[in-house]
Amino acid sequence: MPYISNTERDRQLILAEIGAKSFDDLIAAVPDKLRLKEPLKLDEPLSELEISNKIKAKTCQNICAGSANSFLGAGVYDHFIPAAVDTIVSRPEFFTAYTPYQAEISQGTLQFIYEYQTMICELTGMEIANASMYDAASAVAEAILMAVRKNRLTKAILPATLHPEYVKVIKSYTEGVGIELLIAPAKEGKLDIQALEAMLDETIGSVVLQTPNFYGNLEDAKAIDAIVHANPKCLLIACVDPISLAILTPPADYHADIVVGEGQALGNNMFLGGPLFGFFATRLDMARQMPGRIVGGTLDKEGKRAYALTLQAREQHIRRDKATSNICSNQSLCTLAAVVYMSLMGRAGLKEVAIQSTQKAHYAAQQLSALPGFELVFPQAVFFKEFVISTPLPAARIINRMLPRNIYPGLDMAPFGMPNALMIAVTEKKSKAEIDALVKAMQEVVK
Amino acid sequence: MSKTIFEYSTAGRMGVSLPQRELETPLDKLIPKNQQREREARLPEVSELDVMRHYIALSHKNHFIEKGLYPLGSCTMKYNPKVHESLVRHTCFANLHPYQPVETLQGALELLYELQKDLAEISGMAAVTLQPVAGAQGEFTGIKIIEAYHKAKGNTHKTKIIIPDSAHGTNPATCSLVGFDVVELKSNENGRCDIARLKELVDENTAGIMITNPSTLGLFENQIEEIAGIIHSVDALMYMDGANLNALLGIVQPGKIGFDVMHFNLHKTFSTPHGGGGPGSGPVGVVEKLKPFLPIPMVGKNENGYYLDYSHETTSLGKVHSFYGNFAVLVRAYIYIKMLGAKGLRRVSENAILNANYLMKRLSPYFHIQHQEYCMHEFVMDGTKQKKENGVSTLDIAKRLLDKGFHAPTVYFPLIIPEAMMVEPTETESLDSLNAFAEAMIEIAKECQETPELLHEAPLSTPVRRVDDVRAVKVLDPIFVIKE
Repeated sequence: MPYISNTERDRQLILAEIGAKSFDDLIAAVPDKLRLKEPLKLDEPLSELEISNKIKAKTCQNICAGSANSFLGAGVYDHFIPAAVDTIVSRPEFFTAYTPYQAEISQGTLQFIYEYQTMICELTGMEIANASMYDAASAVAEAILMAVRKNRLTKAILPATLHPEYVKVIKSYTEGVGIELLIAPAKEGKLDIQALEAMLDETIGSVVLQTPNFYGNLEDAKAIDAIVHANPKCLLIACVDPISLAILTPPADYHADIVVGEGQALGNNMFLGGPLFGFFATRLDMARQMPGRIVGGTLDKEGKRAYALTLQAREQHIRRDKATSNICSNQSLCTLAAVVYMSLMGRAGLKEVAIQSTQKAHYAAQQLSALPGFELVFPQAVFFKEFVISTPLPAARIINRMLPRNIYPGLDMAPFGMPNALMIAVTEKKSKAEIDALVKAMQEVVK
Repeated sequence: MSKTIFEYSTAGRMGVSLPQRELETPLDKLIPKNQQREREARLPEVSELDVMRHYIALSHKNHFIEKGLYPLGSCTMKYNPKVHESLVRHTCFANLHPYQPVETLQGALELLYELQKDLAEISGMAAVTLQPVAGAQGEFTGIKIIEAYHKAKGNTHKTKIIIPDSAHGTNPATCSLVGFDVVELKSNENGRCDIARLKELVDENTAGIMITNPSTLGLFENQIEEIAGIIHSVDALMYMDGANLNALLGIVQPGKIGFDVMHFNLHKTFSTPHGGGGPGSGPVGVVEKLKPFLPIPMVGKNENGYYLDYSHETTSLGKVHSFYGNFAVLVRAYIYIKMLGAKGLRRVSENAILNANYLMKRLSPYFHIQHQEYCMHEFVMDGTKQKKENGVSTLDIAKRLLDKGFHAPTVYFPLIIPEAMMVEPTETESLDSLNAFAEAMIEIAKECQETPELLHEAPLSTPVRRVDDVRAVKVLDPIFVIKE
């Protein structure tokens, strides 16, 4: 039997030592009528070779992604990942370890989380970060809940430019505890600042801002800061792309109170959208309101530098129903990939990734919008690595016609209220030739 | 002491080679200067070799399953098969995008569809969502389902959920997050639910009960039918926390014994790696009447193949994750189930139970054990004897174990057992390694009597000595101060 060491002889030895006649003696507490009388109805077991063949031959044959020329983004991005990242995260010392509760034999995990927290604060300009949340969606939701803990104001404003999948998750997290979500409208692909200003009053506890927003556009963060903070109690929650922060204004500069975002792009494969990880940072004065694990530096009994989980009195295993969140785990291994990725990239590398992504996205936008029938949907907006373009045909038809060419031309925006539009993401991984191939294919499929 | 990666930084050094620029448009023409950062983010400037040496040096400071036994109760630290890693990392899965056309995802969706079905069969539930990405998020999803069920029935008066005092902290925290009041149920002298007390607590306002079965005491809740009768009589629902499912595979199907909704911890029972704290995965199974409330989307199958099913959107609780859950974790659990099959899974639970009882038997002469009966996959012993007789605490014992090459058991939990040590060896440990652990514990029991001062000093041989976590709170130091 795979992965079980006990032989039939061991089993007998164990039963003899315990003084039980049979295994059934041991489960005497399980009433007989509750016991399953037949084997579970599952497939016959496969050997390691058989499952490997099944996955390689069948499952993977039914997936045509690996080699596709893809322009999909919308929260999950295909940035280049250096080989050293996988070498580190594949080490069992990291991936089979448990949560670092026993600090003395978990310094490896604790220190990389400390370094990760430092890098997140460096990118965002904030003072403290936690060890990560499940994804950006739950991180925004937890940020709203934290704002309520801070100021006791139960209304939050979400922009219509926030990722629609995040909005769904935020609703699940906030509706049961009496938080009212208001949606500030969009104007030309950005949050309508005048409308936001009209909605703001002293009952609003937090305002969420996503920049680059769902459509890829940069919001006028400084202007939003001014009107949100006109009410001293209201907190500004910024949801940002970590790669963009190599070149864009750090949220601390526009006085964001809580900064969150999707961390997948930092050295993690896409894996059909999971695992992801949400980063979460704030100011020191709100540290005790934060959700999730936090690592802190300290000393051991000989005065040597060491690390430990800290501020645990906020967490569920101590505070139970009064905890700041029910979260127990973090996406630790994903943050390891992120910290190794950011170390390899360094300050120049991450900036180069951001610049090339910006250049290539703008090149693609320019080339595509020059085609007849294609137009940038938000021509006035400033964007980073992603943009929305209107198409002469329903986007679904374009996507379909591109399938035989193995090109994913972008996200069909029909489910998001734009029937003839594609959202196109371009990272530094795309070569000019691949972008040109998209443009050429686009020309041909709309004929 | 290890330096941080920032302390290796040298201006101009680089750990990566990126493609040459193909386009020359200056950034200022694309993004206005006033939206750009003024000061560079001070990420470390290090070579690839610097990075490798640093993180491999850190890795040497960790305990991990391949290094030694990990007897953490309710954490199920079983061996994680390497074929999972190789198939997940080095095949088609890593580059899938969640918004790819479904025609291009048929293999992945088939895998998810089969996993939904297999987990439903294992739990005896009607349907399973794979979306929750952790046990606590599974609980959240399950309690949201209970909320949605009552809402749909117009049960606006259902405000409270009953939770036994032996429960994990996530249970009450989850109920608060969803907006329910938590009512604690005391355990009886047998470590089971106190039925008389339960009857007093249950009324028309009860929305449900959350039970971990087997409990964190390692005991099967044998009154489950009676409990279900009481709970269902007021139209409340039975939630099972599946943290301890490793004891029940092929032995009991929770969906067939009275539970209405439960979560799985794939990173425990189904052997996906813990990753130093995550990512995990917490699928949720429900009985037929709760299917309409499951998160969107489910994975469906029709004559055209597999698809993302949003058809129950109007009744669904909505979403708990941006996309479809932790796919990479789900793939590993799928491989595990396909390789073990029905017989293999049953053997998992049998051996988990055998190993736990063996250790309990070997250690019972040395440590106090409150509940003297056969355990399921884990048992709780405690250090009250050592505390009283030798002034040695459970924390001291735990730290001493680290010196002997073992991870500590889960300590000071469950809260209802003073000086608790919760031990779960799992089925993947051999008799030899169980004996080695038992002997280490017995040695420690002797040390408690002979050299108690040694235990206060422990650990002595770990990468750092006992860590001052009080200081970590008092002098909060969450980030490294980077020097220019």
